[in-house]
Amino acid sequence: MKVGVLALQGDFREHIEVLRRIGVQSLEVRLPKHLEAVDRLIIPGGESTTIGRLLTLYKMIDPIRARAGRDLAIWGTCAGAILLARTVLDVKQGGQPGLEVMDMAVRRNAYGSQLDSFEQPIDFPALGDAPLHGVFIRAPQIESVGPSVRALGSLPSGAIVAAQQGRMMATTFHPELTGDDRVHRYFLEL
Amino acid sequence: MEMSTWTTKVGLAQMLKGGVIMDVVTPEQARIAEEAGAVAVMALERVPADIRAQGGVARMSDPELIAAIKAAVTIPVMAKARIGHFVEAQVIEALGIDYIDESEVLTPVDEEHHINKHKFKIPFVCGCRNLGEALRRMAEGAAMLRTKGEAGTGNVVEAVRHFRAVQGEIRRLHSMDEDELFTAAKNLQAPYELVKQVAAAGRLPVVNFAAGGIATPADAALMMQLGVDGVFVGSGIFKSGDPARRARAIVEATTHYNDPEIIAEVSRGLGEAMVGINIDQIPADQLMAKRGW
Repeated sequence: MKVGVLALQGDFREHIEVLRRIGVQSLEVRLPKHLEAVDRLIIPGGESTTIGRLLTLYKMIDPIRARAGRDLAIWGTCAGAILLARTVLDVKQGGQPGLEVMDMAVRRNAYGSQLDSFEQPIDFPALGDAPLHGVFIRAPQIESVGPSVRALGSLPSGAIVAAQQGRMMATTFHPELTGDDRVHRYFLEL
Repeated sequence: MEMSTWTTKVGLAQMLKGGVIMDVVTPEQARIAEEAGAVAVMALERVPADIRAQGGVARMSDPELIAAIKAAVTIPVMAKARIGHFVEAQVIEALGIDYIDESEVLTPVDEEHHINKHKFKIPFVCGCRNLGEALRRMAEGAAMLRTKGEAGTGNVVEAVRHFRAVQGEIRRLHSMDEDELFTAAKNLQAPYELVKQVAAAGRLPVVNFAAGGIATPADAALMMQLGVDGVFVGSGIFKSGDPARRARAIVEATTHYNDPEIIAEVSRGLGEAMVGINIDQIPADQLMAKRGW
């Protein structure tokens, strides 16, 4: 198993640190040649417009798309979830590139500005009874999912905040900012 | 549900890491910045180079301009309040902006006290020249730091000086015996608990960007290789010959800061950089980095 963390922009070091803590070496992925060396990829939190632009510029969209969910397991957190979604709502003026590999619609900045960022426990049955600590920062929201996508986690309001489609997974919150490594472990089993 | 927690304040800065925050003075410039891959924009009436040239008192920007810039883009928007001007900060918070920069680029209104940033829901970024300033700003509630550099000069020398100062002091703390930390805290004029935390971790507990004088892709990569978490580019972009291209190039150089071939490629034929100013030619009373204490 070779785990890569997309390191174009965002909190990739936080993911690398969680992986290190659970004894998994990972690789920073900035160019297509780095991608060839990995079979799992985490897309971190950050700005989806920035990461999308750099993915396009450095010709990584097609190589990721070709392998996503097959010999490349992928997990996107926050901006990463936006980049994975087939449909993105509230895109920047003129649109923005993405990977469009998971059958779901995601709305950017769904809760408002930074003043509406929040923390709330998440019910995530696959990880046991103890709720996850959810950190939501200018977070997107999974508005709808297709038949091949399974909801993994939700808020008390019922809003889906984690979803899985085979070997692809999206979370709109940031497990890498908490001390809880259960979601990282779950991804490594995908 | 807990709103505007310390984790979410520091967390937004963590999401900006590895990115470029660009000063913009119009909604059109904000769009150019977003298109170029900026992770956030700083909404201003005048870039620091113009504030420096025009003199006078520099204040918070017109709320109408800040709101128009906010409406033009989907990325986070920051705005500057004067050092100590907590009402300007209240106004910016009321506008629903994402981050406040309590900035030495504007004219300070309180020569002793910075804003008590704990009282706000909106997170703050503050400038620092050394570890003492960095820790004092954190004690006041800053959730993000930036080394000050000397804004509006296109000269990266002060940014390098300030970052090396902060890092050097952190390394010294990290190597100290715990008995020595009490005096270190006294000398740094910083709270003992923060000094102890930094000494143990060997790094700051919040994100630290570089600012003040970054004008080229190589400048941005230099700061990244030195170890900053990201860069602010003020006058360097929109005071250059081809802002859109330069903005894109600085974004790419910030991501690929360890790849000289890419930095070389993106630096080719960028057109004129902003005019630079040598720091020793600036009258001492016009140095912005000296503001804040």
